[in-house]
Amino acid sequence: MKKSSEKIIEKLLLSSALFTILTTLLIIAILLFETVKFFSEISIIDFFTDTEWTPLFDDKHFGILPLLSGTFLTSMVATLIALPVGLVIAIYLNEYSGNKFRKTIKPLLELLAAVPTVIYGFFALVIVTPFLQQFIPGLAGFSSLSAGIVMGIMIIPYVSSLSEDALFAVPKSLREASYGMGATKFQTVFKVTLPAASSGVIVAVILAISRAIGETMIVAIAAGQQPRLTLNPLVPVETITAYIVQVSLGDVPRESLEYTTIFAAGITLFIFTLILNNISFWLRNKFREKYD
Amino acid sequence: MISTKKNKIIDKLFQILGIISTFFGLLLLAVFIGFILYQGLGRLNFDFITALPSRIPERAGIYTALAGSLWILALSIIFSVPLGIAAAIYLEEYIPEGKFSKFLEINISNLAGVPSIIYGLLGLQIFSMFPGLNGSLLAGAFTLSLLILPIIIVAAREAIRAVPSSIKDAAYALGATKWQTIRHQTLPAAFGGIMTGIILALSRAVGEAAPLIVVGAMAYVPFVPKSPIDQYSVLPIQIFNWISRPQHGFVINAAAGIIVLLVITFSMNALAVYLRNKNQKKFS
Repeated sequence: MKKSSEKIIEKLLLSSALFTILTTLLIIAILLFETVKFFSEISIIDFFTDTEWTPLFDDKHFGILPLLSGTFLTSMVATLIALPVGLVIAIYLNEYSGNKFRKTIKPLLELLAAVPTVIYGFFALVIVTPFLQQFIPGLAGFSSLSAGIVMGIMIIPYVSSLSEDALFAVPKSLREASYGMGATKFQTVFKVTLPAASSGVIVAVILAISRAIGETMIVAIAAGQQPRLTLNPLVPVETITAYIVQVSLGDVPRESLEYTTIFAAGITLFIFTLILNNISFWLRNKFREKYD
Repeated sequence: MISTKKNKIIDKLFQILGIISTFFGLLLLAVFIGFILYQGLGRLNFDFITALPSRIPERAGIYTALAGSLWILALSIIFSVPLGIAAAIYLEEYIPEGKFSKFLEINISNLAGVPSIIYGLLGLQIFSMFPGLNGSLLAGAFTLSLLILPIIIVAAREAIRAVPSSIKDAAYALGATKWQTIRHQTLPAAFGGIMTGIILALSRAVGEAAPLIVVGAMAYVPFVPKSPIDQYSVLPIQIFNWISRPQHGFVINAAAGIIVLLVITFSMNALAVYLRNKNQKKFS
């Protein structure tokens, strides 16, 4: 009697775990299903080479490049902010500051990632853009620069806490050997600890980029909704995520070609984040083994 | 000798840079929040919380959006918490080490990394099969549940793993079965840690707008939802809607709405940190 109920419970628990696999399969299936419909009407070559994305206009073009460039630009700006700041924070907290300071400051830093992104979008649009316009006359009301800067602030804790883990994993003996040679903390960090932790830092950067390209509300609010193939951070652009939001807010009939475009855009985004995430998992497993 | 001195100065300078970097983001956030308070605090009163949405900014309130957010949270808890804890128990206590467990682990990490808007597309497509549920609370809560499930699983696993094996061994020694041990020893001991994870996941859910926009949440809902199949809006979407309007009055409303949303998310995070600190003392 008891045995059989134990078995049933185990089966129930197992099915909960299997549910996560089902979720993954469903995501892939629905993205593929609509994307196949999309590519039955649009040539895949146009999709990757056309330099315009105007599925909602009369003169329709279906080139994903403008959305990719918008996504790339905003993420680049964000990474350029978050990487140096996050890395210096990680080094400071792990090598210089006291334990007590670190314990108080870490939950506060995590708060940066906890602020809902729609609020960051408001900051970018209403505070950062007008402020920057005082110094950069050419800056438009919507731009990848403003959206990217604010997104960079948001992902600082991702970079800093993952880099800190990587620095923490470097054995003490390496540092002590360096100090023994008369090196200062600064020299030790940049010549010994950081190089030893480099793969972990790369993991942090990749995951931060992956988080940035999937971010939606900040760019939907502050980067504009104009698909444009450009590398100029001062003009309005549109990211993949912002496009999906734009279509969702409008009245696009199901079973229309326009409806399938959000899935074609979505699968592109999904593949990018999937690749980035898995590179980082692979790297993390590799560097974990290193000092065990 | 001179180079040692120079190195010491570089060391000090870097330390200063470290402090500046640490406070860089936090100071900017403080400035932002100060601006929001300056703009929105005057608008924030009892009427703002209890008024229905309106085309006139001075009369508009967040009542229906707040109700929608509470509905979404409650329904998401019902879907995601039991499922997340059950999956975590299986992964920590039952699963045989090997390829299958590795595969599940990678899969969950991947799910945690899937952009939230993709979950929106998933929910959109699933619920397009049930036309009556389009844009319903049920569709929104289900979508957000899938989104926060990996977060809950990861947190619950960590909490279960942190339970000392001595506690379990004691239960086994008294003749308890595996499930009895988990039910009466492991889970109660891991409760604090699991709660921390759940609260953090919910604080993420309450701030999400993008996936809900994709599954058809409304920007303008002039009524409070009465059942899970009703249409709804949530606070972040209401704020988004106000931000995208040109009149200045709506910017003020957005600022006031943001204050409310920030109070909710920050208190949830504070509660999580408090629980985590309390819990860390327990086993050490």
